[in-house]
Amino acid sequence: MSTNTNAIETERLSKRYGRRTALDDCTVAIPTGHVVGLVGANGAGKSTLLQLAVGLLEPTDGTITVLGGRPGAGPAQLARVGFLAQDAPVYGNLTVGDHLQLGERLNPGWDRALARRRIERFGLDPRQRAGRLSGGQRSQLALTIAIGKRPELLLLDEPVASLDPLARREFLADLMQLAAEHQPTVVLSSHLLSDVERVCDHVVVLAGGRVRVAGDVDDLLASHKVLTGARTVSTALPPGQTAISASHTDRQTTLLIRTAGPVHDPRWQVSDVGLEELVLAYMSADVPARSLAAVGP
Amino acid sequence: MEFGVIEFRIDTHSGVAPYRQIVQQVRQALRLGLLEEGDQLPTVKEVVAQVAINPNTVLKAYRELEHEGLAAGRPGLGTFVTRSLADGSLGAHKALAAELGRWLQKARRAGLDDDSIAALFERTFRASMNEDVA
Repeated sequence: MSTNTNAIETERLSKRYGRRTALDDCTVAIPTGHVVGLVGANGAGKSTLLQLAVGLLEPTDGTITVLGGRPGAGPAQLARVGFLAQDAPVYGNLTVGDHLQLGERLNPGWDRALARRRIERFGLDPRQRAGRLSGGQRSQLALTIAIGKRPELLLLDEPVASLDPLARREFLADLMQLAAEHQPTVVLSSHLLSDVERVCDHVVVLAGGRVRVAGDVDDLLASHKVLTGARTVSTALPPGQTAISASHTDRQTTLLIRTAGPVHDPRWQVSDVGLEELVLAYMSADVPARSLAAVGP
Repeated sequence: MEFGVIEFRIDTHSGVAPYRQIVQQVRQALRLGLLEEGDQLPTVKEVVAQVAINPNTVLKAYRELEHEGLAAGRPGLGTFVTRSLADGSLGAHKALAAELGRWLQKARRAGLDDDSIAALFERTFRASMNEDVA
């Protein structure tokens, strides 16, 4: 298998629960070697996409390929993908030590030294029952189990949503150390954009079950600008520029645009865009999603 | 393990890309003489553990510093400062800082608040830059 296989690749992927559509015609490629932020409002399809990638769900339509293989296809595929479900589930009646033993028995490639080191570093008592851990400790234990099998791809569903700010920062700092040391591809879903901006170098924006935009964070920031001008300015844009969102007051018009090159029109004041502003624009944009998913650098 | 000589801060609300913030903070430390030629910058692992940012962001910042000729990577050892930005002007800093301190006291006595002082400095700074250009 080539080393530049995408971590996750979907082709016209859809998932419906009865009459409700959770994912709708998603085509996206997520490269390896990045920390990828999967962002979108609640119900946008983030958890569904992650559960499809780990093999807990089957697609209704289309295909999904993970590290070149079919999700959950067999022991070899399962060993390559680590998954931390929302709210960091642990077995409340089992001890921390029991969890480590389970991890070791169930995973052929288990890294016992790594797991032990993490438990010690976070001051977790192996005899402590998991149900009595704090939220932050429980997340650290669950991440330890997910990372203990040394996966190539680590999928995290809202890993910090239930943590207080201090525990959140510690969790992310630890995750980034893991990323620096072991270099797994990490895909984490989050609706906390400031966290995504800190830790992710690639983003996928989902809204209404569709991929609105996906790409390298720095490339996306470089190819989008905010234009501000008088209300009378025509919003027609030259070729190569596309408006993603527009807002108007009585006197002023503000556009967020995607552009291939610099903007020279003197009627506009041009400024750079932040990741949060960009993501929000795509999340609320009323545009045909398929045409936007293919944004390149 | 000896820890690097400077600590980075990342402000995600500043609108400045995180890797740019690291580059700016190194340049600033070089200008103020806090970092000197031969100093080791914190390792990628140290930075991400400390400020919880993407390791690629740190690598990108260090590559940019190398590109600017301010730092160089030594394989297996880390990234080291290769050039100072302080030069001969560092000796004048102390006297200028004292003078600026006296000016700030005067501005406060005249009733300016922090925002007004910053705005006045910014405007005067820009005006003097324009004079230099003209």
